[in-house]
Amino acid sequence: MILNIAIILGFQLAGEVLARALALPVPGPVIGMALLLAGFLIQPKLAERVLPTSQGILKHLSLLFVPAGVGVISHAEALGQSGPALLAALVGSTVLALAAGALTFVGLARLIGDGGKDSA
Amino acid sequence: MTEFPEIWSYLREGPLLWLTATLVAYLLGDAAYRASGQNPVVNPVLVAMLVLAGVLWATATPYGTYFEGAQFVHFMLGPATVALAGPLYANLHHVRRALLPMAGALIVGSVTAVASALWIASALGVEGATLASLAPKSTTAPVAIGIAEQLGGLPTLTAALVILTGIIGAVVVTPLMNALRITDWRARGFAVGTAAHGIGTARAFQVNETAGAFAGIGMGLNALLTALIAPYVLGLFQ
Repeated sequence: MILNIAIILGFQLAGEVLARALALPVPGPVIGMALLLAGFLIQPKLAERVLPTSQGILKHLSLLFVPAGVGVISHAEALGQSGPALLAALVGSTVLALAAGALTFVGLARLIGDGGKDSA
Repeated sequence: MTEFPEIWSYLREGPLLWLTATLVAYLLGDAAYRASGQNPVVNPVLVAMLVLAGVLWATATPYGTYFEGAQFVHFMLGPATVALAGPLYANLHHVRRALLPMAGALIVGSVTAVASALWIASALGVEGATLASLAPKSTTAPVAIGIAEQLGGLPTLTAALVILTGIIGAVVVTPLMNALRITDWRARGFAVGTAAHGIGTARAFQVNETAGAFAGIGMGLNALLTALIAPYVLGLFQ
């Protein structure tokens, strides 16, 4: 358990160091995720070890949003002014992205002769 | 015996009280979500945020004081991002079978999410740090907060926009997909994971197992792609 947490933190640390050293536009933890995925592919035993711990952390993923989310009250003024515009942007872009993504998937699946029958 | 105001003034300055309050508020939110029959509108995070905001307001506690306690929870966002490699790896055989449709849907869905949000908001007069906070809103929270920090946005505002996006996506995905007559569960799941991250993924798992697996992949890949494209798309609107 402690070893698994140390592995995950180690990959995050490596990601942070790489992101800063190379001035990458990607946040350190995202690099850490990519490195860990590469690690799993190179050494499947690592995945066997770490998967239960990663599932444990992700099971309560929503809890981790709470502290930053509460901070919205300290930006209530910014939200109050642009609230309706931001809400319109969220609803509009979410509907557009959902439709565009799903239609692209279905169109390309048909193009390669995969109707998705096995999973429908 | 120590008077209550003294105990209170001791507790309100330390991390113990606000760490406990964060966990209890989340448990309340989770209980409300279950009691509602897992209605996506009763989101546990949203409920917890409202409960804590109410407590902070009622006790006149500044957000900075609260965050000193809650930062232990906040810190876990980084390791959680790294842990996303897990579901990504576990579902990799799905990726290999549907590589082209997923690559296309990822690029189109991701770019549409960022560009249309910035376009609508800037057309309605939103600009500066607030606009930058909006760019990563379809990404899973830990990544979105990281992207917002790099773009000069307000991480706390981004967190709220991310959660609202997740709730909107979870509520509209089923009626929208039915209206578009899309029956491929892989397409439905992948799109909601890309557009509405973890909350959309949780919703997809409720509806169909295959949709849930593809939503998880969409969420993970979109986190990577949005981090790469968000600075450039935002540049078009600034």
